[in-house]
Formats: sequence, C-alpha cells, structure tokens
Amino acid sequence: MSSLIDRLLGRSSTGSAKIAKERLQLVLVHDRLDLSPEKLKEMEEEILAVISKYVQIDRENVEITVEQRKRDSWLVADIPLAVDDSRG
Amino acid sequence: MGARVITVTSGKGGVGKTTVTANLSVALAALNKKVVAIDADIGLRNLDVILGLENRIVYDLVDVVEGRCKLRQAMIKHKSYPDLYLIPAAQTRDKTAISPADMVDIAQKLREDYDFILIDSPAGIERGFRNAVAPADEVLIVTNPEVSAVRDADRIIGLLEAEEKGPGQLILNRLKMDLVKRGEMLSTNDVVEILSIKIIGVVPEDETVLTSSNKGEPAAGDPNSKAGQAFRNIARRLLGEDVPLMALDQEQSFLKRLSRLFSGNSAGMG
Ligand SMILES: Nc1ncnc2c1ncn2[C@@H]1O[C@H](COP(=O)(O)OP(=O)(O)OP(=O)(O)O)[C@@H](O)[C@H]1O
Ligand SMILES: [Mg+2]
Repeated sequence: MSSLIDRLLGRSSTGSAKIAKERLQLVLVHDRLDLSPEKLKEMEEEILAVISKYVQIDRENVEITVEQRKRDSWLVADIPLAVDDSRG
Repeated sequence: MGARVITVTSGKGGVGKTTVTANLSVALAALNKKVVAIDADIGLRNLDVILGLENRIVYDLVDVVEGRCKLRQAMIKHKSYPDLYLIPAAQTRDKTAISPADMVDIAQKLREDYDFILIDSPAGIERGFRNAVAPADEVLIVTNPEVSAVRDADRIIGLLEAEEKGPGQLILNRLKMDLVKRGEMLSTNDVVEILSIKIIGVVPEDETVLTSSNKGEPAAGDPNSKAGQAFRNIARRLLGEDVPLMALDQEQSFLKRLSRLFSGNSAGMG
C-alpha cells in the first residue's frame, strides 16, 4: 500500500531518500527522549521483570515501541499475558 | 505592538541562515516594510557582505552594548532599500561579549520604529544561539534536505519548545528537485513529516544565490532568480498572505502519474 502511495506521489521506493527518512525517524526517537537504544532496551527489560513478578508474560509476543504523535513521544506497550492452562 | 522580532536559526552551520536573513530583509523592505537586520554571529560577521554593506561599517553590535556608540550610529542604511538597516556583528570579539538580556534590550529599543527586526543567529546551541533567540517573537528554522541538518533542526525545535519560543516555522533550503524525483533526496513532505512543524517556505538550490552574494545584492532583488522568488514568497507569507508553496515537489501532476500507473507504465517514476 505504501508503495502504491509512493508511486502515486511520484516517489521512488528504492532510493537513498527512503533510507535517510527511516534512519532519521529512528534516531530522532532517541534524540527526543534523550535515551540511547541500549538504555531503552534496559528499561523494557526492567518493566517486564516487574510485571513478571505478578503475572506470567508471553515474552515472544511482547511489543514495546516509542510512537511519535506530532512532536510528542508515547511509550506504547503490548504485553500479552501467558494464560496458565493447567488451572482450567 | 511595534515590530515583529524574528530570529533565523538552524543548529547546524552553513545551511543558509545568513542567506535567509539577508534575502527576507531585502524582500520585506521591497514590500515597504521598515526592517532592521541584526547580525548576531559575533566573531564571524557575514550579513554585511551578503547585503553589500561591508564598506560602511563604523560601529557594531558590541560597540552598542558596551556603550561606545548610540544604537542609531551602528545602524547602516541600505542604499537600494531605504527602509532597510543593518546592525553588524563585531568581528574581533566572541559571543560572550553580549548577553541575552542585551539582545532583548536592543530589540526593545527598535520595536517602536520598525516593522521587522530580523536576527541572524550563529550556528550551534550555545551562548550565541541563546543571544539570538532571547528577544524573538517568532523563530524561523533553516534546514537542508539532508540527515545531519534535519537532525540538528529537530534538536533546535526541542530547545525552542523548552524555552517557550517554539516550535517555530521551517524553511527548507537547497532543495534539488531532480534528486528528489530520483528518490535520492528527502522531499519537502518527508522533512515536514519527520519534524512535524509548520513550513513557511522551500528554497531551491540555485546558483543565483552564489552569484548574488558575490555581488552583495541578495537574490530576492533579482526578478529572474528562482531562489529570489522563493524568498519573496516567504516574505509575503510572513505578512499573512496565503501564497502556495512553490510547486518544486509537484512538477509532475498527480493525475498524470495516476493515469500512468493504471496504464501499467511506471517509467519516469523513479
Ligand atoms: N538556496 C541556495 N542555493 C545555493 N547555494 C546556497 C543556497 N543557500 C545557501 N547557499 C550557499 O551556502 C553557503 C552557506 O550559506 P550561509 O552562509 O547563508 O549559511 P549559514 O547558515 O549562515 O552559515 P553559518 O552557520 O556559517 O553562519 C553559502 O555559500 C551560500 O551561498
Ligand atoms: Mg551565517
């Protein structure tokens, strides 16, 4: 879909501009938060560790991302809980 | 009331702050606005040569701040634009020779008698930047369609927001349409999407910027210059006119591309 939009707008989806845009969007997430990728990873691990103390997490499907809405950053966490089937 | 104080800044050096300040000053003066351009780049004075006023400097900004002359005496009147004045930077001092409070004070003294006070900021995020931004009512952030310039612009926007001067308006300078079309340069839309701030103008890469600075006659005064046209448009937008962005990005019509897409021919889309 996005490539259709790109083509309608006359943009190439293979050129270096696309790479520049993706790299910028990523680096600005960390610039704006003043948090390096490693620190962010560390924070995620800690959050998950705390939650794991109380409930079981389906680690495989955890998704924690920093979303940009306008110039604001939002930490969006999708943390599926592992249902303990043995009890049912 | 009185003048609007507009600071032109960027973070990264060499992206076109001085070019923008000189051209907007000239374009606004040509629209009969009373303009004072202030070179706040202490130690790296440049606005004077771009405006063609380098031979007429007697006093400078630091002389005013340190009381060696009256504000009026440091203001150089432009010959071709009688409504345009320049206050030059000191060349042999550094940024610590003036403070943000000094800049607020100077702007305050000028507000009543002029329509626009345009301040050319030095590169960086240190004292010089803070001096330039302190008196600003509005800020224009200049960037180029290039990763480091856009990243630095983002940092500046963040700093401006923290100082409650932000977010400001963006000027995208040195856009090369042929590269954008080939997908090898960030487009206007890309940069606006990444920075999420309002854009007030797009200036193409244009050799008349160089030739006009060689002569000390900003391109905004040249009716045949594409960049000059872009600067004149920005000046009109500053005055509240609704001037559409120059169709630099959209030279190929949407419909043409649409029909081409559905006829299965994507040649020329790169
Ligand atoms: N639209 C343009 N087309 C072509 N050349 C340009 C354009 N804009 C600026 N330039 C050139 O880029 C160079 C840097 O411009 P300028 O001095 O205005 O940048 P600056 O941001 O003020 O730099 P500094 O950070 O050193 O103060 C100059 O040589 C200028 O002629
Ligand atoms: Mg400059």
